[in-house]
Amino acid sequence: MAKELWKGNEAIAEAAIRAGCRCYFGYPITPQSEIPEYMSLHMPKAGGVFLQSESEIAAINMVYGASGAGARVMTSSSSPGVSLKQEGISYMCGAELPGVIVNVMRGGPGLGTIQPAQGDYFQATRGGGNGDYRLIVFAPANIQEVVDLMQEAFELADQYRMPVMMLLDGMIGQMMEPIEWKKPPVSPDDLPAKPWATTGTKEGRAPNIINSLFIDPEACNVHNQRLEEKYRRVIENEQRYETNDTDGAEVIFVAYGTPARLARAAAGLLEKEGIKAGVFRPVTVWPYPYEALHEVAIQDSVKVVVTVEMSTGQMVDDVRIGVNGIKPVSFIGQAGGVIPTPREVANAALKALGR
Amino acid sequence: MAIVYQRSKGLTDVETHYCPGCTHGIIHRLVAETLEELDILGKTIGVAPVGCSVFAYDYFNCDMQEAAHGRAPAVATGIKRVLPDKVVFTYQGDGDLAAIGTGEITHAAMRGENITTIFVNNAIYGMTGGQMAPTTLVGQRATTAPLGREKNHAGSPIRIAELLATLDGAAYIERVTVTSPANVMRAKRAIKKAFELQLEGRGFTMIEVLSTCPTNWGLTPVKALEWLNENMIPVFPLGVYKDITKEEA
Repeated sequence: MAKELWKGNEAIAEAAIRAGCRCYFGYPITPQSEIPEYMSLHMPKAGGVFLQSESEIAAINMVYGASGAGARVMTSSSSPGVSLKQEGISYMCGAELPGVIVNVMRGGPGLGTIQPAQGDYFQATRGGGNGDYRLIVFAPANIQEVVDLMQEAFELADQYRMPVMMLLDGMIGQMMEPIEWKKPPVSPDDLPAKPWATTGTKEGRAPNIINSLFIDPEACNVHNQRLEEKYRRVIENEQRYETNDTDGAEVIFVAYGTPARLARAAAGLLEKEGIKAGVFRPVTVWPYPYEALHEVAIQDSVKVVVTVEMSTGQMVDDVRIGVNGIKPVSFIGQAGGVIPTPREVANAALKALGR
Repeated sequence: MAIVYQRSKGLTDVETHYCPGCTHGIIHRLVAETLEELDILGKTIGVAPVGCSVFAYDYFNCDMQEAAHGRAPAVATGIKRVLPDKVVFTYQGDGDLAAIGTGEITHAAMRGENITTIFVNNAIYGMTGGQMAPTTLVGQRATTAPLGREKNHAGSPIRIAELLATLDGAAYIERVTVTSPANVMRAKRAIKKAFELQLEGRGFTMIEVLSTCPTNWGLTPVKALEWLNENMIPVFPLGVYKDITKEEA
């Protein structure tokens, strides 16, 4: 199939519709407003629901209601807006509701800046809302990967009955790249039934209840343990990552999203200087591919592990867990919308090597 | 023997947790009877709030969703947009609807969201133990207003029915109470009318029901009814604030 030039935000919206999503609620915020704009035009054409909400809080609660009613549903926002959605995300996890949440990250904290950043890693992977819960978090590094992962995001959400987050930095949302639509579109009619959904009893069954309240402590503990067991299954089965030239490398860069592309450019610079460098790129940042990273880092050839982020250092904590002290872990990053250059990244590796 | 009165089919066969004398039970029954009489129990999805009626999902005999505090109208919007042929209602108290959820209720009404809201106003936060609500009367004591609500400090009570009636999307808005058999019958008619208009696809409908909280008001059930009649109704006058069918006539 011929390649098409797509802007990241529009591609993710189109990919959602092709993944059988027929319901979108959202609120404008830079740098992701092309998503609701695209949805407002194309979702009704696909026979679906588009609604611009009064706030991100309302949007995520509309997602909650629609998901509880059985719809394949999505919302999107950017960092400050995703903060507002945390309440609803926690409730969705508690009530075991599927759905896809897109975060096109910008600089923070607070209002920060509209330029690309990765400062929401802790929020996405540790849970910005209350309680013990997890999200499956995909962190694509190019627009092709964004559209390839979208269908899987909705499928995993339905399979595990939990929200899935697409964690993009603003660069991916705002740039244009050639892509191919590899997977055939999904028809909402072909999706598995959701017998738990609140669609009306027709007085033929007991009422379905969507709920996250377990007032009895024992019952709430049982509920939490059951959720935890589910998260364990996700950890076992859903880790995704990619490696580039890590075999026999002296330097291992670890990065996700746009910095993974910078890291590959930096590896190229080091190669020219006679230093073999590779890139380990988590595609899921929760569950984090700790063991796979460990296997790469444990190689005799590896002298340093260098984490690259568009933040002041968040994923580096997970890198340290994965590497677990067997090799030195260092960090290079810029925050607030400043993107490190490949030269800066390469120099950080040289410094870590003591050169 | 002829049965003249029994549990509505719209209610599940469980004991509620409501305090003695609380009027939530009556209001639950009126909603349940309405769903039963309109034969829509099987196509109704209710949304429970956070507050005293947080367990409403256990009491109504239809599909239910439990919403985050104040968000019931947004949750109901999500349900109704996906299932436009079903009946969707929210059941919310005054802390839920008139404080933390003012954004959600206002915009649901603005959009003319085709849902019905049962708004139970007892002028206090009941579940959390009697704190001041936005509907608390000036001078009324609450655990966070131990000397009574002071107008210069906390303002005057918010009148939600009047407020929402200004919005074009609102199809029917009425304030009722359940302090006497006659009032209960009026409340029932209002609730039924709201659901009927939803079935006709007329837009947003809300029935505000002035309700008692004997426990947190520190009054006996009978005294609480008297206090409501004497103190709340002058501040929150009963009546129809919006009726799209009258405007058309």
